[in-house]
Amino acid sequence: MIDMSSVIVDIKNLQREFKVGNEVVRALDDVSFSINAGEFITIMGSSGSGKTTLLNILGCLDKPTGGEYLLDGTQVSKLSKTELARLRNQKLGFVFQSYNLLARTSAIENIELPLLYNARFSARERREKAMAALAAVKLTDRMNHLPNQLSGGQQQRVAIARALVNDPVMILADEATGNLDSRTSYEIMMLIQELNNDQGKTIVFVTHEPDIAAFSKRTITLRDGRILKDHINRDVQNAKDVLKNLSPITAPSNIAT
Amino acid sequence: MKMANLLRIAWRAINRNRMRTFLTMLGIIIGVAAVIAMTAIGQGSKQSIQKQISGMGSNMITIRPNSNVTGGVRMDNTSVQSLTEQDITALQKQPEYIDAISPSVTSRGQVINGPYNWATSMQGVFPEYLAIRGWPLLDGVSFTSQDIKSAAKVCLLGQTVLNNLFPNGEDALGKIIRFKNIPFKIIGVLSKKGENTFGQDQDDVILAPVNTVQKRVLATTYYQNIFVSAIDENATDKAAAEIQQVLRTSHRLAKGTDNDFTVRTQAELINTFSATSQILTILLTVIAGISLLVGGIGIMNIMYVSVTERTKEIGLRMSIGARGIDILLQFLIEAILISITGGVLGAGLGIVATRLVTFFIHWPTLVTEYSVIISFLVCFITGVFFGYYPALKASRLDPIEALHYE
Ligand SMILES: Nc1ncnc2c1ncn2[C@@H]1O[C@H](COP(=O)(O)OP(=O)(O)OP(=O)(O)O)[C@@H](O)[C@H]1O
Ligand SMILES: [Mg+2]
Repeated sequence: MIDMSSVIVDIKNLQREFKVGNEVVRALDDVSFSINAGEFITIMGSSGSGKTTLLNILGCLDKPTGGEYLLDGTQVSKLSKTELARLRNQKLGFVFQSYNLLARTSAIENIELPLLYNARFSARERREKAMAALAAVKLTDRMNHLPNQLSGGQQQRVAIARALVNDPVMILADEATGNLDSRTSYEIMMLIQELNNDQGKTIVFVTHEPDIAAFSKRTITLRDGRILKDHINRDVQNAKDVLKNLSPITAPSNIAT
Repeated sequence: MKMANLLRIAWRAINRNRMRTFLTMLGIIIGVAAVIAMTAIGQGSKQSIQKQISGMGSNMITIRPNSNVTGGVRMDNTSVQSLTEQDITALQKQPEYIDAISPSVTSRGQVINGPYNWATSMQGVFPEYLAIRGWPLLDGVSFTSQDIKSAAKVCLLGQTVLNNLFPNGEDALGKIIRFKNIPFKIIGVLSKKGENTFGQDQDDVILAPVNTVQKRVLATTYYQNIFVSAIDENATDKAAAEIQQVLRTSHRLAKGTDNDFTVRTQAELINTFSATSQILTILLTVIAGISLLVGGIGIMNIMYVSVTERTKEIGLRMSIGARGIDILLQFLIEAILISITGGVLGAGLGIVATRLVTFFIHWPTLVTEYSVIISFLVCFITGVFFGYYPALKASRLDPIEALHYE
């Protein structure tokens, strides 16, 4: 079902420099790799190694100061701001550490939001797609809940649904489990694994926790803006199994199945 | 990006903070209500003045001699002797825009009916005077042009004179009264006219044939005024021009010299009197306009606060594909929605306030369409103008910085 050979991301000699006063900070220095459809990649590295900078460039929020970035056949470095916005709207999905849901706005309306910026969808199509995305994160019964009526894990699932709703070619997550306890983190990872395995979603997930990285199929490790290691994970952990083995005493057990 | 979606986004955003939205609107609400109420009061008083003046005969034109300086002696205009029978004849010859003409001379004096007497004025006119003034008889008949020629001693009584000479309500028709000791036969009674704009009692008058008053009462051959009615209200200016021309010829005035008479239309009179209420209207509107401006600055202030407060939201919207223009339009539409909604509420409040003013203190008021339309336009412009800079600021945010804003 998934064509593993189709390249979604191709990065060559990527550079990102920041000028701070007279000094030049090299956040990314000569980074090259490619991502195929259906991959689940984690990006690791110590603080300040350039993970977020890389993810921002992958997500078309930021432009490299050197090198090439080909996203789904499009040469990104030549695009205008408006064209970048369109790419983000139609080809990418973001999940943030702090969820970033609109306050006082129901789960379903939060999920619909990306589709509002695309004239192609009618109100009915928006609602249908948002409902499907909500079902994918197993929160159908919470569709009208406001963010402050949801737990952190549930809010993050709404955020994941929002990232899914536009059928992106790639979902980008920056420390998406950073604010959650380990049980809830594993639940989120279980969801991510499902999206990757069952729906073939391509996922790039920034983390600095090795146990989170263990759920992915490939890990790229950065140090000082360079790729230190890029390896295929031979022993991918299954989040569902890990959750089962967690001590039942600490399990509040409201996990979605 | 569909406009409907932008409207939906903006509507949801202002709905998320209803209390603040309402407080922001308050300035606009009060401003618009003030504009509408103030202009309604101004327009109302202007209209009531107009009504009173046109009650004097709406297409009436008044000609009076100019008080000019003769031989170093400034004469008052009753003794100025520039309007004569010749002028009447000249005007009658060229009645293109002129409907009716009547000269007028007035004499003040005591009028006596047996034991009753009353100080009043007798006005000598043509029978056409009644038509010019729009003043029907209540009883009896008017005098005729034959009465004019023969300087007949007949008269028409105004209501006030009638009430003072016949306090017991006897029939006055056919009775003889004495004005400055000259006997006059009452042949008609005028209907009630009421007070004029200056508060004078217009019914305190006796009308008689002009020749009678000239020859028998005043012993003069001049007229103090000439009243003319134009063929219709729209022709008054043309009629006035016609009169000027005819009188200049008739008075043999050389080119470049001043008129020795003045022609005044009702419209000019109305303008003179509306000018005061116009100034009032302008003043009130300026005050109201300032409150709108303050309301607009309130919107701008809140929009700036809102942009700063919602920086993270803006970053998120950008990350999911909102373009700069989408963010700009969203905030602009929010500002416009706030100001327009404020405008609607303000218009309602203004109209209610106007009604209350009329109801409780009986001031005449008139809510004009244009004040409502202008208020809406001003609201829209206020929204665009004061919403633009905050919106522009929002649209220029960098998505990454905005997302990480705390
Ligand atoms: N806007 C910026 N201006 C200047 N320097 C920056 C900017 N953004 C990032 N940097 C620098 O680039 C380097 C990489 O930062 P980055 O945020 O990508 O690190 P990270 O790997 O995400 O770290 P963490 O794990 O703490 O989130 C750091 O040295 C940082 O100081
Ligand atoms: Mg980071």
